[in-house]
Amino acid sequence: MNPIRYRFVLGAVLFVLWIALAWLPSVQEVIVGALVAVAVAALPLPGRDVFGEFPLTVRKIATAIVYLFVFLGAVVRSNLDVAFRVLSPRLPINPGIVRVKTRLKSRLGRLILANSITLTPGTISVAIRDDDIFVHWINVSADDVEASTRKIVSDFERYLEVCFG
Amino acid sequence: MLMLIGSIIALVGSAFLFLASLGLIRMPDVYNRMQAGTKATTLGSMLVFAGFVLVMPQSWPRLVLLILFIFLTNPLSSHALARSAHIQGVPVGTDRDDLAEANAGIPEGGAQ
Repeated sequence: MNPIRYRFVLGAVLFVLWIALAWLPSVQEVIVGALVAVAVAALPLPGRDVFGEFPLTVRKIATAIVYLFVFLGAVVRSNLDVAFRVLSPRLPINPGIVRVKTRLKSRLGRLILANSITLTPGTISVAIRDDDIFVHWINVSADDVEASTRKIVSDFERYLEVCFG
Repeated sequence: MLMLIGSIIALVGSAFLFLASLGLIRMPDVYNRMQAGTKATTLGSMLVFAGFVLVMPQSWPRLVLLILFIFLTNPLSSHALARSAHIQGVPVGTDRDDLAEANAGIPEGGAQ
């Protein structure tokens, strides 16, 4: 993404965030918000390359929306699962740290994958090293790397691969 | 009517939050307490916010932002907690610990 366009997008995102926070905004709030958004977008800040690596296409946006629902489904299912484990008198847990592999190469893709793993209850990403993610799993039910990768990573990775490569 | 549905959804959400705090007491070690304490809260707070949206429809953009904020910050903080616990050498509690195995080949103070 070229610098001018990046700044325009940044300013627009900041302005939309401000309007959402101030909902329903008065005229004064809209004017001040627009001024501050333009001022911040004009600042020479580092780290602008994170989003620029991924040109937007219709397919990617559609996949991202499908991913959101897949992810929400996983959150609900595993929340119920953990709630059941907490309530169950025998406390059926079998914790451990397992190694899983990811095929994602981009930094943003890996960030979102690791965050998705952490957000779904029952799994926490403890460390990333090269292509391996080390995950604390509340109920280890796979013996080798391939099996745990299938159970923890593959559902998310299928969609993230399309979006972030 | 909307008020009633919203209240029920918020109540279900607070039930999840209650289970999360119960998990803090029941779970045996650091990592599992974190699983209960930081994770069961995701759905809990989402449901509470969704209930608020139904009761006060004009505040929905703010609550969407709050949910986004939780989605972005919750995994970062729980990852940081788990990672620092592991670096400090808190035992996992079972003999399945691939990370310690992988660390065994790396000299003290090496990459984490």
